[in-house]
Order: sequence, then structure tokens, then C-alpha cells
Amino acid sequence: MDPFCLKKLNKERLERRAAILLTDLTDGRDRVVKETDPVAGKLGEAIRKAFLTGQSGAIEIDGSSFFLNVYLPSPRLVVIGAVHISEALAPMAKAAGYEMEIIDPRSAFATPERFPDVAVYADWPHDVLLERPLDSYCAMAVLSHDPKIDDPALEMALKAGCFYIGALGSRTTHAKRIERLKTLGFNDDHTSLINAPIGLDIGAVGPQEIAVAIIGGVIKAFRARDNLGKDGN
Amino acid sequence: MVLQQPPDPLIIAERWMLEGRDVAIATVIETWGSSPRQAGSQLVIDNSGNFEGSVSGGCVEAAVIAEAADVIRHGKPAMLEFGVADETAWKVGLSCGGRIKVYVERLG
Repeated sequence: MDPFCLKKLNKERLERRAAILLTDLTDGRDRVVKETDPVAGKLGEAIRKAFLTGQSGAIEIDGSSFFLNVYLPSPRLVVIGAVHISEALAPMAKAAGYEMEIIDPRSAFATPERFPDVAVYADWPHDVLLERPLDSYCAMAVLSHDPKIDDPALEMALKAGCFYIGALGSRTTHAKRIERLKTLGFNDDHTSLINAPIGLDIGAVGPQEIAVAIIGGVIKAFRARDNLGKDGN
Repeated sequence: MVLQQPPDPLIIAERWMLEGRDVAIATVIETWGSSPRQAGSQLVIDNSGNFEGSVSGGCVEAAVIAEAADVIRHGKPAMLEFGVADETAWKVGLSCGGRIKVYVERLG
């Protein structure tokens, strides 16, 4: 491996950006491919698929053998609101391989006792997320029911290009939410990125089923994301 | 920012390189049947035989580390195969019954 490639690869990984180490097994030469790098042809298609699935593997193209080693940042699920749905969501997120964290400034809600296996931040989303910045490998579920808590978090998620943004609430609640976001300078293209009512449409009843709908929506968005050719966040 | 699962083999390889050590990197290229580590898993080895990471559940590491010493010396990458169909597999013992292909290359 080229030492320059190793340094470049480690830098990408430490900064939570996806990268592929592409090795030509015929001659041992390698290069680092970022999601934003354009790669054409059959190899480009294989790279695109590898970024989506996160699966490393060998491929044969026109008599040459390549190995694609995919390094994806571990996806984070940031939940705003220490509510019942968050309690049900925590073990599901863990099982699906997401690092979940809960942010809720209402310290009576956000207690470690209620959420034994999850990082809980009893502070305002804006403050927590400045310390722990969002990126395109983050999903956000906004569940607090309080615009003072939810709106600033949504604003930051939209700006960071989170791969999934879901917001709890009825269509009426969401219509009002969109109006408030528009006064902050967001347009329809932005607000259409918010999944509301939150989660896959499975007719969910109660916190547990809504949590299933949310984690399903997060997984679906993750496997359909396409950062190729976009500016990195 | 810290990676999730320290110690991370590639971060360690970079540190070893900066310390002036010779380093080999072993990567699982392909697996068949039940293999404990999936394609892309890595093991890094230095010229003193120190290693970090894994390419199997521990069954073929010793053979890979031995091969890494040669790769460090000659600089030529090697493709190793371990499996039940292979005679060496009985010696190194892939207890899981799977087969794996491991690529070993020198850093630099």
C-alpha cells in the first residue's frame, strides 16, 4: 500500500467521510476514492454500489482484478426528545447498528435511568450539536413535540445534509412547522426532505410500532442515499 | 475525533510507519462458507512480528504473520488461501469450515 494512500484514507475516516481503498490486485497499485470523486464505467458502477451497501469485495473488470475496501463512517441516529418512542427506539437502533443519542433539555425526561444504554444529553439541541456536529452520516428523529426544542435541531439537520430527517406530528402540526422553517429561510426543496408523518407508512399504533416505522425509514434512507458527486459535508 | 473501535489497525499502521518501522497489511479479499471475519477485515504486522487487527477468528493469523515477514523483506505482495480443501488448512485449522483468501502487502 502506498503510504500516501494510507494517510489519506485515515484522514477521511477520522473526519467521518466515506472512502474506498481501491487496489489493483494485478500490480498492487492502490488509490483512495471519495464519494465525491467521479469514476466512470463498470468500475464506477461497482464503486457506487460499494458505497451504498458498505460491502467490501473483489471484482473482475476487463481481465483485471480489483479489491474495493469500503470504509463508511458509523451512522449516528440523533433523537430529539426523551419520550416513550425514544425508549422503544433505543434497543432497535442498537440492533440495526446505529449509534443512538438522545437530546432533550427537559432534565426530568432525559435521565440515564430511563435510557440505560444510550448517550443522553440533558441540554438544548443547538448547544449539544455544536459540540457534536451533524454530518451526512447522521439521521435525525425529532420527537419532542415542542417547537422550541425541535425547530433548531431541524434547522441544523437540514444544513448538515443528514441522510434522514424525520419529524413527529400530524399533518397540521407539520404544516405549521414548515411555515416556521420558511421564516428561517428554508424553501420547499429543503422542507420536502423532512419525513413527516415520521417513519415508514405501516399504520403504526403506539410508541413501539412508531419506533419500528422510524428505524425502517432510517434504514431505507441509508440504503438509498446518494452522496456521489455532491460536495462533502 | 476518535474512531469507534480502538485500536484501529490502519491508524496503528500509520503510527508504526511514522516511527520508522516496516509494516505489512493483510486484508481478507474473499470468503466462502462460514468465515468469522468478512471481506475487508485487516491485520497489520510490523517487522518485529507485532500485530493488530484480525483476518479470522484467530485460526490463520500465525500463518499470515509468518508470510508478512517475507512480504516485508521482498516487497512483493502475496495472495494466501486457507480452507478445508487446502492441505495447509488442516495445519492452521480453519475450525469454522470456511475458506478465506488473504492479500498481504508491504506498506511503502
